[in-house]
Amino acid sequence: MTFTTWSKEAALAVLEPIRDEPGPVLVALQNIQAEFGFVPPDAVSVIAEFFNVSRADVHGVLTFYHDLRNSPPLANQIQICVAEACQAVGSRDLEETIKAIHGDQVSDAFCFGNCALGPAVMVNGKLIGRATAEKISQVLA
Amino acid sequence: MINVYIPGDSAAVSVGADAIAEEIMQRAQLASLDLKIIRNGTRGALWLEPLVEIEVGADRIGYGPVQLADIPSLFDADFLHGGEHTLGIGVVDQLAWLADQDRITYKRVGIIDPLSISDYESHGGLAGIRRALSMEQDDIIAEVTESGLRGRGGAGFPAGIKWKTVYDTASDTKYICCNADEGDSGTFADRILMEADPFTLIEGMAIAAVAVNATLGFIYIRSEYPTAIKQMESAIGIARDYGLLGQSILGSHKIFDIKIRIGAGSYVCGEETAMLESIEGKRGVVRSKPPLPAITGLFGKPTVINNVLTLASVPAILADGAGSYKARGVGRSLGTQIFQLAGNIKKGGIVETGFGITLDQLINDYGGGTLTGNPVKAVQIGGPLGAYFSPKDFEVSMDYESLIAAGGMLGHGGVVVFDSAVNLAVQARFAMEFCAIESCGKCTPCRLGSTRGAETIQKIIDGDNPDFNKRLLLDLCEVMTDGSLCAMGGLTPMPVKSALANFPEDFDQRVEAAK
Repeated sequence: MTFTTWSKEAALAVLEPIRDEPGPVLVALQNIQAEFGFVPPDAVSVIAEFFNVSRADVHGVLTFYHDLRNSPPLANQIQICVAEACQAVGSRDLEETIKAIHGDQVSDAFCFGNCALGPAVMVNGKLIGRATAEKISQVLA
Repeated sequence: MINVYIPGDSAAVSVGADAIAEEIMQRAQLASLDLKIIRNGTRGALWLEPLVEIEVGADRIGYGPVQLADIPSLFDADFLHGGEHTLGIGVVDQLAWLADQDRITYKRVGIIDPLSISDYESHGGLAGIRRALSMEQDDIIAEVTESGLRGRGGAGFPAGIKWKTVYDTASDTKYICCNADEGDSGTFADRILMEADPFTLIEGMAIAAVAVNATLGFIYIRSEYPTAIKQMESAIGIARDYGLLGQSILGSHKIFDIKIRIGAGSYVCGEETAMLESIEGKRGVVRSKPPLPAITGLFGKPTVINNVLTLASVPAILADGAGSYKARGVGRSLGTQIFQLAGNIKKGGIVETGFGITLDQLINDYGGGTLTGNPVKAVQIGGPLGAYFSPKDFEVSMDYESLIAAGGMLGHGGVVVFDSAVNLAVQARFAMEFCAIESCGKCTPCRLGSTRGAETIQKIIDGDNPDFNKRLLLDLCEVMTDGSLCAMGGLTPMPVKSALANFPEDFDQRVEAAK
C-alpha cells in the first residue's frame, strides 16, 4: 500500500470534503490515516483548528481507538484473532507459531466475524479462514 | 446461459471462493460456455463453503466445500448441468440442515444477488415498507410491539416500546441508529446479513424512520468488516437511485437517508451509548442512563437504537403481520432467533429458528459435534460476556428467560463450542483480561476490577492461597456486577462465575504458563 507524504496542504484536502460532517473528529482521523498511513503528530493541531475543537479533544480520540496509530505502519500487517471462537480452534498456538516467523508484524485482534471457520487471520486486509502458518506465508509471497 | 452462484461473503472468500470463481470462469471461457457467475451471499452453511450452486431448471444444485483441486473433476462430472460428484449435496433448498430451519429475517440470505433491488423485490422485498407507508404511525409501532420483537443485540428490550418512546418525544430532529458493531466473538449474523441482503436492513431502518418521524439514520459498522461496509455503501447508493431513500421514500412525502460510520477497533462501542459518542466523533465512553437514548440520544436528539437483526426483522413483520411472527417462539421470546454456531464445531454457521430449540439440538443435530471429534467440554453462549455451560446443561431451552434462569444470557445468539482441550480457569482469566483491554475507563469497577480480576485468577491458577482468592474473586465479581455503568464491566463476571461454578476442577489444577 502506498501513502501520501505528510503536508498540511494534503491534510486540508482530506478534511475539506467532510467540513460539514456532524461530529467529524473520528472520521477526520480515520481519513487522515487512510491518506498518510498513520496520524502524524502535526495532524492533531490541523484537525483541531479546522473543526474548531481543542487539541485535547483530538488527542483524546486518537488515543482511545485501537485502529488509530501515530507512527507509520509496518510493511505487513498480520492480525490474528485471539477471541474465544478462534481460541477454541487453536488460535493461541497459531499466534505463537506465526510470531516466531513474522515477529512484530503480528498483532492481536478480537473477532473478524469468521467464527465458524477459525482460526481467522487478516493479512494486509485479506481475511484468511482456517488459517495456518503456510496459508499466511502464501498470501505474503 | 448457465447461472452459477458463488458466494462473495467474506467467510466464503476467506476459504477461497474468489479463486474458485475465477478458475470456473476461465475454464468455461476456454470451453466457450455461456456462463454467468453471481456472487450471492452465503446460505449460512459455512461448513460447506465455498459452496458452488448451479441453476438447473427451477432448482439450484450445490457442490461444496469446493477446493481449487476439485475443479477439474467437477468439470469432468459435468457439474454445470448438475452432474454427480462426491462434493454434490443435491438441491440446496432440500438440504435438511437448511430446510429444517425457519428463515424469516434471513429469508433471502444466500438466495438473491445482494445488490439487485429487482431480485430483492421479486423475493418479497419492499412489501413491508409499502404497507408501512399506507398505515398510521401508531399502527406501525403497534404492529412491531404486537409481534413481540425484542432487541437482538442482546438486551432483549421490546423494539415497539422503544419506538413508541421516540415517537412520543417531541423534537424537530430524530435519528435511527443501527448498531452493526458486532464485536462478540462467535457472532457473525449481522455481517452476513449486511453482505447477503443489505436492502432488508435499509428497508427496516426506513420503516423505523417512517414510524417515528426520523429523517436521518446512521449504520455504525466495525472496521473489521470491510466487505460489509463496501456492500452497505453500494446498497445505500442503489436505494437512493431507486427512491427507497432520499427526499421521497417510494413516492411518499417521507424523507429518510442513511450514513455509514465506521468503528475504529473498540469493543465497548457496541454498547449503545458508547456507540452514540463514537458516531459523534468522540472517545467511545459510555454515558450514564438516564437519560435514555430514546429521549436524549444522538446529538441530544431522540434516537432509535436497534441492532442489525432487530431492524432486519421488521420488514417481514410488516409484510406478513405481527401474528405470523409471534406464532413462533416460546413464552416471552417470540419470533425467530438467528443462532450462530462457532468455534470448535463441525457444521458451523447460521441457524434461524423459533426460540425454544435446545442447546443440544443446536450443537449436536445442527452442529454435528466438535470439529476435532473430541467431546464437547464447554459452550459459551452470548459472546465474551456470556456464561460457559457444560454438557449437563444441554437441555436448556434457547430463549431469553430460560437462559437467564440457567445463569446465562442469550446475548446476540452466538454459540461457541470448546472441546476437551479447553481450560476454563484460563478462559475466565481471558474474560477479565479482555475487559481490561476494552474497558472505556469511565467507571472504576470495570476499569480496575478487570485487572485485579485477571491477577486474582492467576493466583488461583498458581495455587496461591486458592480458597481465599476464590472468595475474593466472587466478591470482586459482585462489585463489578452491581457497580459498573454498563454491560462491559457488569457482565464480565458472568463467564468468570459460570466457569467457577460449572468447571471447578479446572481452577484446582496448575496450568502451564500464559497460554
